[in-house]
Amino acid sequence: MRIDGKGLIDRAQPLRFQFEGIGHTGFEGDTLASALLAKGVRLMGRSFKYHRPRGVLTAGSEEPNALVTIGRGAAQEPNVRATMLEIYDGLDARAQNAWPSLRADAMAINDVAWPFLGAGFYYKTFMWPRGFWERLYEPLIRRAAGLGALSGAHHPDRSEKAYAFCDLLVIGSGPAGLAAALTAGRAGADVLLVEEDSLFGGRLNAETFEVDGLAGPDWAAQTVAELRDMENVRLMTRTCVVGAYDHGTYAAVERVGPHGARRPEGGVAETFWRIVAKRAILAAGAIERPVAFENNDRPGIMTASAVRAYLNRWGVASGQRVAVFGNNDDAHRTAVDLEAAGVEVAALIDSRAEIAPPDLNCPVYAGAMVTGSAGRLGLKRISVKTGRGNKDIEVDCLAMSGGWNPTVHLTCHMNGRPTWRADIASFVPTPGSIPGLVTAGACNGDFSTQACLKAGAEAAAAVLKDLGLKASGGARLAEAEDSPYRIAPLWAVPGTGRAWLDFQNDVTVKDVKQAAVENFRSVEHMKRYTTQGMATDQGKNSNVAALALLADATGRGIPETGTTTFRPPFSPVSLATFGAGAQGIGFAPQRLTTSHGESIARGAPMIEAGLWYRPSYFPQKGETHWRQSCDREVGYVRKAVGVCDVSTLGKIDLQGPGAAELLDFVYTNTFSTLKVGRVRYGLMLREDGFVMDDGTTARLGDQHYVMTTTTAAAGAVMRHLYFVHQALCPHLDVRFTSVTEQWAQFAVAGPKSRELLNGLLDQPVDNETWPFMACGDMAIGGIPGRLFRISFSGEHAYEVAVPARYGESLFKRLVARAEAMGGGAYGMEALNVLRIEKGHITHAEIHGRTTAFDIGFARMLSAKKDCIGKTMAAREGLVDPGRERLVGLKPVGGDSVLSAGAHLFDTGVAMTRETSLGYTTSAVFSPTLGHHIALGFLQRGPERMGEVIRCFDHMRGLEAEVEVCPPVFVDPDGGRTRG
Amino acid sequence: MGELVGTSPCAGVLPLTIGDVQAVEVELGHLTSIAPFAGQATAASVALEAAHGMPLPKANCTTGKEGARAIWFGRDMALLAGPTCDPAVAKHAALTDQSDAWAAVTLSGPSAEDVLARLVPVDLRSVSFKRGHTARTLLKHMNGSVTRLGPESFLILVFRSMARTLAHDLKEAMEAVAARG
Amino acid sequence: MRLTCPICGARDRREFYYQGDAVALDRPAPGAGVQAWDDYVHLRDNPAGPRRELWHHEAGCGAWLVVERNTTTHEVHGVTLAMAVAEARR
Repeated sequence: MRIDGKGLIDRAQPLRFQFEGIGHTGFEGDTLASALLAKGVRLMGRSFKYHRPRGVLTAGSEEPNALVTIGRGAAQEPNVRATMLEIYDGLDARAQNAWPSLRADAMAINDVAWPFLGAGFYYKTFMWPRGFWERLYEPLIRRAAGLGALSGAHHPDRSEKAYAFCDLLVIGSGPAGLAAALTAGRAGADVLLVEEDSLFGGRLNAETFEVDGLAGPDWAAQTVAELRDMENVRLMTRTCVVGAYDHGTYAAVERVGPHGARRPEGGVAETFWRIVAKRAILAAGAIERPVAFENNDRPGIMTASAVRAYLNRWGVASGQRVAVFGNNDDAHRTAVDLEAAGVEVAALIDSRAEIAPPDLNCPVYAGAMVTGSAGRLGLKRISVKTGRGNKDIEVDCLAMSGGWNPTVHLTCHMNGRPTWRADIASFVPTPGSIPGLVTAGACNGDFSTQACLKAGAEAAAAVLKDLGLKASGGARLAEAEDSPYRIAPLWAVPGTGRAWLDFQNDVTVKDVKQAAVENFRSVEHMKRYTTQGMATDQGKNSNVAALALLADATGRGIPETGTTTFRPPFSPVSLATFGAGAQGIGFAPQRLTTSHGESIARGAPMIEAGLWYRPSYFPQKGETHWRQSCDREVGYVRKAVGVCDVSTLGKIDLQGPGAAELLDFVYTNTFSTLKVGRVRYGLMLREDGFVMDDGTTARLGDQHYVMTTTTAAAGAVMRHLYFVHQALCPHLDVRFTSVTEQWAQFAVAGPKSRELLNGLLDQPVDNETWPFMACGDMAIGGIPGRLFRISFSGEHAYEVAVPARYGESLFKRLVARAEAMGGGAYGMEALNVLRIEKGHITHAEIHGRTTAFDIGFARMLSAKKDCIGKTMAAREGLVDPGRERLVGLKPVGGDSVLSAGAHLFDTGVAMTRETSLGYTTSAVFSPTLGHHIALGFLQRGPERMGEVIRCFDHMRGLEAEVEVCPPVFVDPDGGRTRG
Repeated sequence: MGELVGTSPCAGVLPLTIGDVQAVEVELGHLTSIAPFAGQATAASVALEAAHGMPLPKANCTTGKEGARAIWFGRDMALLAGPTCDPAVAKHAALTDQSDAWAAVTLSGPSAEDVLARLVPVDLRSVSFKRGHTARTLLKHMNGSVTRLGPESFLILVFRSMARTLAHDLKEAMEAVAARG
Repeated sequence: MRLTCPICGARDRREFYYQGDAVALDRPAPGAGVQAWDDYVHLRDNPAGPRRELWHHEAGCGAWLVVERNTTTHEVHGVTLAMAVAEARR
């Protein structure tokens, strides 16, 4: 029921929305919870396990009951808290965990069966038969219990991530946060004030307090207006700080776009902020806790502060006849505010015998307790036990207060443990729990408005000092109520029925006691056994009461019992927000070669090689299988000429007097002896003696080399070179720069490669001036580039490099020329076949567990010098002839299919893991030889040439008899390469 | 067949104008990395200043101006953007042609800072990142270089091969910022 | 987490590559013996408390850094250029 003249809603802005298919009207400024309460809708959900009818319990982000689903189809979004959901025109919200309807939920049968469904029931009940758990019990339980469901489709909403920096982060904008921001802002500090709510002011918006003679919300608005005028202050609403991390880093989630249709084009739903703050002030307030009594979970039973919030902030009476039940003075305000607003208060019930009640029209029962309630879909009646007997009172709303829990959660994110304060019967943050963060106000146990204002200002003054700033003089502290907070702990009203602690997980007082009986005495064990403190509210409403009861049941004090560990996020964060920006193309950068467009135009399927995209093959008309394209492309290179983009290989430019010595140290072989204008193949080890990478390095000048790395290892090799230089060889005067991106480089391979180039290069090449492994400058149409006579295919071949801007143009020309000569472009499949035919290794072979000895390159370890990995490579076990060593394999008879990853066995033995003598690393069909070939590692491989063994791929079920042969299948003496 | 034709890294993906922010590819001229040899930083700086009018920049800074700018580019390295680097500098430093290695984009407009706050994990607000400041850092997942050119203008460099990803990432950030109004 | 690069200033941890114990700086002589090499390459302490680590400012200036960090409190006590450390011991 809406109360005239109250609330911070805009009654000139009506908004139409639906809940459970029924249309309602609310106002701008309403949450779904306030708008529904205004319409007298108390039933908003069903509980997790027992499917108990539930209404809204709170007015904040801690809400455990009123979870709804919004959106349709792919945009369906479950578990939205009605207390946080600002209504908008067209909002369509549905209740969850209820079938066929919220009012008549069939699964409410669970509530009748409750004696069998207590804590740990599924561990005890669904034990036999064993196999039934996965197939029957778990699916059933999951269907019966739970929250909302995802659509299973890609959510169309986009979220984003962003970074923010500030000197002072103020978390929360109640009186403490506002006072802190004001003090720091006036002193010129770089302040970021972050508020979870849509409105600044915190409890000032929910109470009837005055500050400096102004109504609370007005003082908050006035203060915010002053802050808004400061250039050094930034203000963010709808932003919840969800985590505190190392070195002043905080995570925050901002609800940016309204849900659904109103969001502008390109707008995001949420922003995940990483905030870096030199200092932070936590002014997160406190959360009121319920009292456990029998059937304390009926719709209409709410926290007292929530009833005040709905009344004062939203102008909504949560009931027509309200009772207030508490154990502290703060609860009394609810009765006062309700009566002042003209709402009938049936009774004020206080568990303490000695109280000083305010002036009220209603009866006041001191030393009394609510012992039970009635009303299935909504509260109708409460039972009260007074000193003079029991009494039933007809009410449709009960405002309850068990006291306040300071919101300490963020201070525990770095392993901090809160400190128990008996005077307020709650935990407060332990100072220093988060380096650089101080706490102020209610989250620190200061519960009066005056104390909050003072604490906020003082915290800011201390921070200013740390930052080297001075608080501006003459600032006067605002004046506000300073009433004391008096409380006598009341965790649970004695009784026999079910009294709820954790509404969200349906955990009752009995469950906690049962956990203690079964010896789950640690609070962490109790939590896991009962599920208390899990799911979206993470026990914000129930933790302290639950552990107090556990302490009682186990005969320990509350400080000894301790709390469970509060971990990030403070408030639920959707996975889509954590993963914002990383979907689809945003997952990783795409590195595209200069020939990419032409490859796509030619219909080449692209494969990922690290971040690079490379053409797999170039299909032609009539080809129906990749093998046809691949075989044709291999033929280009073996018989005519092929062109392939090799720009993705890492290229590192090394210059300086120390370049040669550095190369000698990182490569197993020697580069200081390499002649200028020549290229040499190099092998690089890790310090543990295993192969790291390989590639060719060209000497362009006396003190100038360019190294190539494999595509995959380019980044790692660069990092390695930096390390070797900076950490191990700082005396060497050498400089490196990656030039991978500067050059577009193409392999031109095949017997007609020189012919192709000689129509293109400004100066023709011949075998005398450009022998195998020569390198140097060249030019095409006056454009200077580089030419390398190197070959990965075993054919007469070159790599031609031009500045990348000309890459696309050169690729097209090379391919056109090749096609005119009976060749053409070739892709990764053909490249792979060509290199396997020639026995060249890639990271399939140098996969991190193979040594130079294993791949037959032991002689490349120069005896004349030290190098990275040399000492460890000489270890006994790494030069044992019994090791698995590189061999070639070909099928006996030629018909069998070979595959990579198959294992090798002696003939006639059982082919098991234990009898495996090695494995294949690369296998292809060789169109040149007309049968499959493979490279692999075989124990004593080089000693077994010509022997026949078995090759078995357990995964694919492929079995073959293979002959062990040298790994070079084509042109073993290298005549074609040199010719 | 004619001469080889040059293509710019961002051809086809830039410019972009979304909201009050523009992303435009820029032609910076020659790009040469200058890495002074051991103990030669001063000599290299003197040679650079004699030839091109600006010394080598200190870490995280630039020297020179539009058309001939030296951008600090990492440990012991600067990037000369504009003229061909005078060979006299080569006596004191490793010079490497990088003219084709980088995609260069200016991002400008009142909300340019907000757009970059979505991509760069460094405080680029004008109070801490002033004109002439530069940073080697990340642009989302890409290593790159960001330089403030003016109150509302930044120069961004990423690997040439990532130009399309840069355009994509800028576009998403620009859209999100623009949608906030 | 943030590290203060001596060259670039305080930066977000995602700009850095983590290598491991700074023992990697102490490369033994080739003939130092099996034990010394085994220690260098393979044996690592896993202390709860202060330790020296190597990080690389890969997405920044490219410097290798020696970071003194407490694995219990996550405090960073100092960041030094690896090159300066290596030069100092020559």
